[in-house]
Amino acid sequence: MAELKMKERSVMNEAISTQTEQQNKQPGIVHSSRPVFEAKDFNLWYGDNHALQNINLTFNENEISAIIGPSGCGKSTFIKSLNRMVELVPVVRTEGDIVYREQNIFDKSLTVEELRTKVGMVFQKPNPFPKSIYDNVAYGARVHGIRKKKVLDEIVEKSLRGAAIWHEVKDRLNENAYGLSGGQQQRICIARALAIEPDVILMDEPTSALDPISTTKIEDLMQELKEKYSIIVVTHNMQQAARISDKTAFFYQGYVVEHDDTKAIFENPKDKRTEDYVSGRFG
Amino acid sequence: MQLADKNQVAKSLGGRLFLNKFMKLLFLLCTMVGLVVLVTLIVDTVLGGWEYLTRDFLTSFSSSRPESAGIYGAIIGSIWLMAVTAPVAIVLSVGTALYLEEYAPKNKITNFITINISNLAGVPSVVFGLLGLTIFVRQLSLGNSVMAAGLTLALMIMPVIVVAAQEAIRAVPGFVREASIGMGATKWQTVSRIILPAAIPGIITGIILALSRAIGETAPLVVIGVPVSLLVTPNSVFDTFQALPMQIYNWVKMPQAEFQYLTAAGIIILLLILFLMNSAAIYIRNKYSKRF
Repeated sequence: MAELKMKERSVMNEAISTQTEQQNKQPGIVHSSRPVFEAKDFNLWYGDNHALQNINLTFNENEISAIIGPSGCGKSTFIKSLNRMVELVPVVRTEGDIVYREQNIFDKSLTVEELRTKVGMVFQKPNPFPKSIYDNVAYGARVHGIRKKKVLDEIVEKSLRGAAIWHEVKDRLNENAYGLSGGQQQRICIARALAIEPDVILMDEPTSALDPISTTKIEDLMQELKEKYSIIVVTHNMQQAARISDKTAFFYQGYVVEHDDTKAIFENPKDKRTEDYVSGRFG
Repeated sequence: MQLADKNQVAKSLGGRLFLNKFMKLLFLLCTMVGLVVLVTLIVDTVLGGWEYLTRDFLTSFSSSRPESAGIYGAIIGSIWLMAVTAPVAIVLSVGTALYLEEYAPKNKITNFITINISNLAGVPSVVFGLLGLTIFVRQLSLGNSVMAAGLTLALMIMPVIVVAAQEAIRAVPGFVREASIGMGATKWQTVSRIILPAAIPGIITGIILALSRAIGETAPLVVIGVPVSLLVTPNSVFDTFQALPMQIYNWVKMPQAEFQYLTAAGIIILLLILFLMNSAAIYIRNKYSKRF
């Protein structure tokens, strides 16, 4: 049944691929897809600080979902909750559920290692390992026990192509990744995340440390990636959210104020605070 | 309106510049005092011991007659000693540092342990000698063997290596840890593939400096009762042995004047070993330190 739906959807996708990008983003045409992540009454505390309050959100397959909001609104905390990276902070306590593909991520039957293999992450600051470009991209595969040189070669090439950086680095795969520019490093990090073939890619302000040209490259790349992956991106930049995302959630002081199609959030916000934020009156 | 009095400014200029030069000379003098004393000691030792540094000296055992006394047994004994001390100290210390930095919960107990390990590094070596005497020599009946002395020295240098390793591990930026864990790597995979390779230059530097302290340490060996004259080298770690610093300490106590020259020759050997070890530490630090 689910497979049938997928097929239907891909047929529909093809049918409307001739339409313009604008129409593509309109609600109700293509996005009848299945949810990948659902937060249900999710609460999070840093010590006594109630950082996330009763979050209820659904993210769908093959969409780019943007999370926007002013500094300190909990958007980074929320995205890090989705792959449980937030638990690296020792005083964190959570309540409520986050369901990934019908499985509660806090359930004992799903190890964090398994979750993070399926839910990849790209960080705010490019964070390659102090290793060669090749070793960076092959890292995930090696961690998961793939040792054959031929297979690794293929994974590295495929991932670098997927991250639109293959042609820039194919002749210097054995050079240290720190020799690359910030924008290239970030695409190496995306390639590294793609190499383990995740289902969802979380991006925590992936372009905030980059120049405009690198930012454009990464935004274009995200449009390509959403064909195969579901992307959830936190961004400080409202224009970026408007440019790249299908759905947008507006976080404010630990609450989700509004979650809707991006077009609706930016052109026809229902809440006064959303309107004030997207029109630049605060934030 | 002029707040700064120009005459005042001009008047104080001379004094400021003089003080500036004076401080520079003062600091240079401080440096020279240490350097001159060190160079004098080394030159004096080398001049005194140079002629006694013969092939016979390097290949003979200790003796009560200065003309036939050599340092062979002590060199071999010290190598045996380090062969026990090094692996034990490295495994225990790096393991401790990794646990404290990567695994232990960040709480008051961990903090307390960390602080007290630093304190242990300041405990006098003779106290470690007494500890070795009580536990290894008596309780475990190891006698004055390579094993007993090696374990004692390993415990003595452990805090030094732990502190150095902790600092090296702490210097690995958090974002590469996050990157590794974020890809589904386990703690151990992150530690073994990312953290240790990045921290290893700092750790090895700490290890070599600590070992060079251990090889020149005398007090614990005196307490344990390491013999000063022996005509055999050990066949196993449970045999007794001679050690370089004990040999030097013994010669310096001898009444005959010739033994003073032998002492100098022994010190040259020990210094050479120390220089070699420290050079290795510097080389490793420069060659393998990684940029983030």
